Amino acid sequence: MRKFNELTGIVTPIDRANIDTDMIIPKQFLKSIKRTGFGQNLFDELRYLDEGEADQSCEGRPLNTDFELNQARYAGSNILISRQNFGCGSSREHAPWALEDYGFRCVIASSFADIFFNNCFKNGLLPIVLSEDTIEQLFQEVFANEGYQLEIDLAAQTVTTPSKQSFSFEVDKFRKHCLLNGLDEIGVTLEDADAIETYEEKRRAQAPWLFDAIPAVQKPSV
Amino acid sequence: MAGKTLYDKLWDAHLVKEREDGSSIIYIDRQLLHEVTSPQAFEGLRLAGRQPWRLDANLATPDHNVQTTDRTGGVASIADKVSRIQVSTLDDNCDDFGVLEFKMNDPRQGIVHVVGPEQGATLPGMTVVCGDSHTSTHGAFGALAHGIGTSEVEHVLATQTLIQKKMKNMLVRVNGTVKQGITGKDIVLAIIGKMGTAGGTGCAIEFGGEAIQALSMEGRMTVCNMAIEAGARAGMIAVDQTTIDYVKGRPFAPKAEQWNAAVDNWSDLHSDADAIFDSVIEIDGAAILPQVTWGTSPEMVLPVNGILPDPADETDAVKKEGIERALAYMDLKSGMSIKDIQIDSVFIGSCTNSRIEDLRAAAQVVKGKAIAARISQALIVPGSGLIKLQAEKEGLDKIFTDAGFEWREPGCSMCLAMNADKLEQGKHCAATSNRNFESRQGFGGRTHLVSPAMAAAAALAGHFVDIRDVELTKIDQA
Ligand code: SF4
Repeated sequence: MRKFNELTGIVTPIDRANIDTDMIIPKQFLKSIKRTGFGQNLFDELRYLDEGEADQSCEGRPLNTDFELNQARYAGSNILISRQNFGCGSSREHAPWALEDYGFRCVIASSFADIFFNNCFKNGLLPIVLSEDTIEQLFQEVFANEGYQLEIDLAAQTVTTPSKQSFSFEVDKFRKHCLLNGLDEIGVTLEDADAIETYEEKRRAQAPWLFDAIPAVQKPSV
Repeated sequence: MAGKTLYDKLWDAHLVKEREDGSSIIYIDRQLLHEVTSPQAFEGLRLAGRQPWRLDANLATPDHNVQTTDRTGGVASIADKVSRIQVSTLDDNCDDFGVLEFKMNDPRQGIVHVVGPEQGATLPGMTVVCGDSHTSTHGAFGALAHGIGTSEVEHVLATQTLIQKKMKNMLVRVNGTVKQGITGKDIVLAIIGKMGTAGGTGCAIEFGGEAIQALSMEGRMTVCNMAIEAGARAGMIAVDQTTIDYVKGRPFAPKAEQWNAAVDNWSDLHSDADAIFDSVIEIDGAAILPQVTWGTSPEMVLPVNGILPDPADETDAVKKEGIERALAYMDLKSGMSIKDIQIDSVFIGSCTNSRIEDLRAAAQVVKGKAIAARISQALIVPGSGLIKLQAEKEGLDKIFTDAGFEWREPGCSMCLAMNADKLEQGKHCAATSNRNFESRQGFGGRTHLVSPAMAAAAALAGHFVDIRDVELTKIDQA
């Protein structure tokens, strides 16, 4: 997982509550065998005027130019701001995969659905909860100023506006540690790699038949 | 100090570390992989630039999406595009990373839960995982085995461990001797009928008692396979001579000088006499009759001489509604007798009942007879290519095809209809699989779970019959 420390970037406002996972990535894209490549189908139904299909190129599809992701002023954005209950719906991990693949690193909202919130941390995305009032203020500033950027400092747990107004946010200690160090769950377990190796040696001595019985196949030379 | 249960012993033997937050790192000896739940796990490894921790701990085979009809055309001949891509992605991933895979046209290919034990890749005392809930099957070997999700598949590939919290200990003891004709399937359906589908939630179930000990390994696998249908993630059975005899000589089982050490090591794989379980359920084995499910959950099960329930007799509002809904979906009436349920389709297969013993049991019923005129679909789907070959050596394929059954290639098939084998809408199917949920075997299909012999007998009669009233024809085993 990528390390997350400080982030400065253009903010895309999606001004509606209850953005569900089916809006984030519609179900026809879940058949994929990959966890990358979902970025082009992020918010597919809002973003395109036709109905998208899995494995279809999005080049040349008719765009809904009213939708923020299609507006030049938000190009290259890495921070998304929305309203309450963001990420509700199914537990599909495809939703954070799609946001991350598109280029977002941070989602700010007044509240999040629980599973989506957890899944974000697993995938290097920082979900930030700010009060409704703060969110309202940020929306107004974003709409009023083209090129509006926010500065996120995870270590200090602050969101800072261009006028240097700072808002602090909460984040679980363990999750913060994982994000700051680029550790996913596997990364955290691998911090105990020594313990796993020690265990494995002991096990190999006790039950050698559990090892090497299944041959690894020769990798075809690439 | 009280003794340990089998689950306690397996847990302790695999505990790498207890973490501060109360979870534990548990070492995984074996991971089985199939095409449906592994692609994003391999992709995750690739994206993070990680390699599998131990290649020799993994074994893969495609099963859910493969066709059971002619497959000489290889993976390219899988008609459905999504299925084809899943299977070829498994092939590519295994080749890339160096994981041993029994590919679609390898005679050792089959349903993961059939292939693991058959190859000796599942051994007593192991922890076994797979991205599939019916991984509980492998607990029949005195192993700790359960299903996991895709991100856990990746976790095991990368670290050879899982983060777990310990479950509760439950003992289900089936006492006494079962009647003639009663199989592991009838036993486990009777257990689920008694416990309910949530009865084992949060528990690792150990199945014990004389009736369980008397089962063959095939029968024990059937019982553990359905532990998940009783709400438990893991089911297990103590190791005894039956286990050891089954394992001996299998391709990945310990050889020569290691064999004796292994058998020694396995002798402790049972609960101590003074072990304490969080709960114990006692079942009278002698009272178990052939079982048939009538509804849309495995707990909606009755003995073959049973009468369908009347929702009016049910006081619990949720259960009452469940019965009403199930009767409507199944198009059955309360008060009707199980034996009067007419059957249109028969499916003998799945990781529950597709092993050689299951096929022999069905063949004994079918030999020299023909399926009823009303049966429009009758499939026999062996659990692996090796089982198929063995059955053909014994002439079972001929017995089945002479009677009007179709003899298919190995895979999950109409257990969940991810491939082209589907139960038609509205049809009633006598199935040897493990789930009778709405549309599980095909949209609008109606599933009745039974043992292989009961399914075969229903195929001949066109409705359910008591297997104890059926004349069996002896078959020579090759
Ligand atoms: S046979 Fe059925 S239950 Fe078993 S693994 Fe295949 S789909 Fe799952």
